[in-house]
Amino acid sequence: MASVVGTFTVDPRGRAAAKRRARNEGATGWAFVSPSVVIILGLSVVPVLWSLLLSFQVNDLVSPSQWVGLANYKALLKDPAFGSAVSHTLIYTVLYVPLSVIAGLAIAIALDRKIAFIGLYRTLVFVPFVVSAAAQGVLFSFVLDPEFGVANSVLHKLGLPAQGFFSDPGQALYLLVAISLWSGTGFCVIVYLAGLQGVSSDLVEAARIDGAGRWGVLRHVTLPALMPVTIFLLLFQTINALQVFDLVFVTTKGGPLGSTTVIVYFIWEKAFKTFTAGYSAAAAYTLAVGLLVAGVILQIYRRRVAAR
Amino acid sequence: MKRLPFSGWHFVLAPLALLFALPLVWLLVSSVMSNAEINRFPPALWPHGIKLDGYRYVLGNALFPRWFLNSFIVSAVAVTANLVLGSLGGYAFARIRFAGSKVVLGLMLATMVIPFQLTMIPTFLVMKELGLIDTLGALIVPSLVTPLSVFLFRQFFVSLPRELEEAAWIDGCGRLRILWSIVLPLARPALSTVAVLTFLATWNDLTWPLIAINSDSTYTLQLGLTTFQGQHHTQWSAVMAGNVITVLPVLLGFLLAQKAFIRSLASTGLKG
Repeated sequence: MASVVGTFTVDPRGRAAAKRRARNEGATGWAFVSPSVVIILGLSVVPVLWSLLLSFQVNDLVSPSQWVGLANYKALLKDPAFGSAVSHTLIYTVLYVPLSVIAGLAIAIALDRKIAFIGLYRTLVFVPFVVSAAAQGVLFSFVLDPEFGVANSVLHKLGLPAQGFFSDPGQALYLLVAISLWSGTGFCVIVYLAGLQGVSSDLVEAARIDGAGRWGVLRHVTLPALMPVTIFLLLFQTINALQVFDLVFVTTKGGPLGSTTVIVYFIWEKAFKTFTAGYSAAAAYTLAVGLLVAGVILQIYRRRVAAR
Repeated sequence: MKRLPFSGWHFVLAPLALLFALPLVWLLVSSVMSNAEINRFPPALWPHGIKLDGYRYVLGNALFPRWFLNSFIVSAVAVTANLVLGSLGGYAFARIRFAGSKVVLGLMLATMVIPFQLTMIPTFLVMKELGLIDTLGALIVPSLVTPLSVFLFRQFFVSLPRELEEAAWIDGCGRLRILWSIVLPLARPALSTVAVLTFLATWNDLTWPLIAINSDSTYTLQLGLTTFQGQHHTQWSAVMAGNVITVLPVLLGFLLAQKAFIRSLASTGLKG
């Protein structure tokens, strides 16, 4: 580029021109990136620091704030509502992440063959993923409505007792996991299907010749080859699960009896419903640290797998 | 096309696919039911004929078309801006050598790991300072460009052979000209990936509109739908008709551009 042009010029006037061109290049570069840089860094670095300051303050989003040091964090540790929000989030994550990844792998392997209608099957499995959490929530609030819902109608036809669904504190959180599995498994399927294309057919062939059966090939060739994809999915699904909010907001609003209050719902409620923004920021920082730890653990594991 | 053989796998795959499709089928079916069919107990499992009362109610409601328009404006601006700003930034990071480029790129990529919950309260305060709260501007400004868009464009441009641009460069073409007439026409996969991901994120978002918008004339479809459900859940057919209208653009886009859609989502996974 510039240097190439410069190398081949002997004429000093040409060299000056090349230099000018290099300087212009710098200006062009900055001109190209500055809108993105200003928006992205302005709306991330500034808020991250601001959030940190907020977490040491009492703030109602309107009147001037007051510095309270670590009081918010200390209060969080003692707040039973935050404790149960953490445990609800962990239950949701521990159920949703492995189930969606395992189901995604199984379905992807089942869909990885050339038979009639395979395109249709893939489309149907994936399509719930593009439906927004708000739309999912509204749809399932209706399907699972204890009075007007089709779910109880079907149970009635089968001679089974009617259920409370979202109005039952013992069921609501598990229903949220089920709905997330319905919509989120498709993503794992698509990523695994793409990953399966990368599994070397030579290796599969070689394993077959060595006498490996279907399970042997799966265990010794396919699964190891899919390891990087699996770790990506575990990471991606975990980050999403720890941040679940929209679905909860639309279906249960954290209820009944707080049984579905997850961390992000707690954060939203504290900031924008009870207007204790400093307290909320402290909870958000706690979540962020949790996410960071989860991310770092998975990254280390991923490196170790890659190095093997 | 060659007829593919029948296989025992159909007995596994067909019920499975049906299981995933069923709730969406039910969404469509219930949107064309009459309220009498929905409100009796137990509710009907299949409608007698198609009633468009739900759709008539929703479209006759002055606010619903407005919400659709709001969602459309926000998504259209976000997609356009991400394509323009993302490709400009991605190109500069891939091809132009300038002081500080590596540091800035590293910083921008690092912001991808910041969870939205950490930034939402201060972003609300920033938007309030700018006087944008309760306007579409509050929804548009934060979605103008994402680090992922810049990153995806950069990765794509790095993989293009430089030779394509060199002739134009020696002929004295400027960077903007090269980007516009040589690089971008080759960048369709990157353009469609960024467009798909941006559209999906902005059209489907609920959290940020919930925070940034108060008056119902500025609602997006997702936000409108959730409050609409609260107010009209006795008219479930109308709520479901509204839901169909909310889901339809994404569903149509997916069915029309399935390949680009799936490639873009799978590629974010495989590069990650």
